[in-house]
Amino acid sequence: MEDLLIRIEKRNDVPTTLYFFTPFIAIILTIIGGGIIFYALGFNPVEALKFYFITPISNLYGLSELLLKATPLCLIAIGLSFCFKSNNWNIGAEGQLTFGAIVGGGVALLFYNQDGFYILPLIIIAGAIGGMIFALIPAILKTYFNTNEILVSLMLVYVSKLILDYLVVGPWSNPEGFNFPETRQFSDSSRMPLLFEGLRIHAGIFIALAAVLVSWFVLYKTYLGFQIKVSGLSLKTAKYAGFKGKTMILIVFMISGACAGLAGVGEITGPIGQLHRMISPDYGFTAIIVAFLGRLNPFGIIFASLVVSLTYLGAETAQIFLQIPQYTGQVFQGMILFFLLASDYLLFFKIKFQNFSKNELRH
Amino acid sequence: MSLDISFIGILIGSIMASSVPLILAASGELITERSGVLNLGVEGMMIIGAISGFALMVITDNLFIAIIGSMLSGVVISLIFGFLTQSLLTNHVATGLALTIFGIGLSAMLGKDFVGIPGKDFPILFSSLRESIPFFGPILFGHSIILYFAFVLPFLTSYFLKKTKLGLIVRAVGDSPVSASNQGINVVLVRYCCILYGGGMCGLAGAYLSLIYTPQWIENMTAGRGWIALALVVFATWSPIKVLIGAIIFGGISILQLHMQAVGFRIPVQFLIALPYLMTIIVLVVISRDSRKIKLNTPTSLGRIFYKEK
Repeated sequence: MEDLLIRIEKRNDVPTTLYFFTPFIAIILTIIGGGIIFYALGFNPVEALKFYFITPISNLYGLSELLLKATPLCLIAIGLSFCFKSNNWNIGAEGQLTFGAIVGGGVALLFYNQDGFYILPLIIIAGAIGGMIFALIPAILKTYFNTNEILVSLMLVYVSKLILDYLVVGPWSNPEGFNFPETRQFSDSSRMPLLFEGLRIHAGIFIALAAVLVSWFVLYKTYLGFQIKVSGLSLKTAKYAGFKGKTMILIVFMISGACAGLAGVGEITGPIGQLHRMISPDYGFTAIIVAFLGRLNPFGIIFASLVVSLTYLGAETAQIFLQIPQYTGQVFQGMILFFLLASDYLLFFKIKFQNFSKNELRH
Repeated sequence: MSLDISFIGILIGSIMASSVPLILAASGELITERSGVLNLGVEGMMIIGAISGFALMVITDNLFIAIIGSMLSGVVISLIFGFLTQSLLTNHVATGLALTIFGIGLSAMLGKDFVGIPGKDFPILFSSLRESIPFFGPILFGHSIILYFAFVLPFLTSYFLKKTKLGLIVRAVGDSPVSASNQGINVVLVRYCCILYGGGMCGLAGAYLSLIYTPQWIENMTAGRGWIALALVVFATWSPIKVLIGAIIFGGISILQLHMQAVGFRIPVQFLIALPYLMTIIVLVVISRDSRKIKLNTPTSLGRIFYKEK
């Protein structure tokens, strides 16, 4: 392997501007890719993309919906950023969201015929704890039995959805509900306060914003955040520095689970108002895309959650105006992640023109 | 409700049918994972196979083209994953997730004109023997050729991995890509092939659903079977024969829960459906707690990016 003119070389440090610029390249490529798919399916691509990305947010109601759907995405992604930064692959946020909603919803059902200012905070705390406990399962199995957290957290998504299914069909189903798979409506004291009359956006957005600020502070201003980042960059260094690896795994999973649980209670006490089978259109999985698109940076995640939220809204609008299935939102979500991951190649490698004569192997 | 012997025969036959997509997808994914690549896109590749197979059947009215086309579509979509993870060195987990999300969306988009179109009868083999032999008839006969293929595939896979040179190369690449590379094996090429093979098998698994098992196109019709197939590979500790056994157990649970409800069994259905996932977690704990055991069973470099400077 000598005398190669073109050489691809690992960069020693990633240029920061490029690091935050590539998500925009990914978004632009996704829009172009979407246009091509629309064209291939026989739609006018410009018109279809307009229905997708402009029509949904061209009025006040649409903007409120954008923020409404961005709220859980942002919250979950903030939590996931702690896991991903420290190289813990929690991909079961959907399960943690569901379990948080189950625990929070259970508290809401206890108070279904009562009023009181204390009810909503109790539900929120219960939801966070529920998500936290559920996230502790893969974390504990990873730390004490060395199991793969990717597979365990993924399997648990289905377990939690089946627990929810069991509860809303069986013991928790609405006694006056004609056997529909849903619980009672929560009382008004169990609902998130609405921010504006006639719009669905609710106080849960403040929880998400608080999470952004707190996570920024923890990640960039505390010793814990420093430990998380170092372990993500190099486990060996972290061990050498004497960081308690096991404790940190438990902590990042708990943070991540709590955020997902909060997103879950935000949904059931916000727009939904009860428990039923479909409390989340896979927010927990989509939030993984949000976390990546936001570059695991708290403020990047705000931006990314708005972009991905728009794909949900666009899919709804396109279903109405173009009669295409709502699942098309996932085409855009998948493409964003594809293009983002692909453009990372430019970040970590640079193309050099020179001679060399070394054959080196690296992981 | 009486459980006579012929009913049990029919029951076993239907359990076998329900395990076919799991066997096909899991056998494909097993080869991919044995080469050290974790592709979480099984569900996405299956659903693309399902719509491609069904659409080709409607358009060409030829089941052979439909089956081959579904496999090719699985190969093509897995090529995206292969290119990203092998050539652009992206993270396996994130890329696989993107593939599943993308596949579910794209299949719904492609399938919008095929919703509600009735499927076609898929030819079954030895249908006369099925009726004439009690008990063994419904078990052994009257199935599609895909089912017979699926039940042979794990043995072929096992033979391939254990007894052939190519199988040894696949395992070497999965267990120690660096040593394999030093021996002059093109690690990236081997992994590409294994990814594409996995994609083809997942495409076939999807086509089995839309052409044979429930012959029609429904959005999201794979309904989580891809994730079960992924669980199955782990449950089987990456052994093809155990994939077959596991698929029959997991497929059996989905059939049995229907009958148990009918008999008035007291266990909640949801618990039975959750069993495959819970059993997979237990198996993971058992094989992972002992570092020697996990080395014996798991492709050592699973999910890790291989990068060779040149």
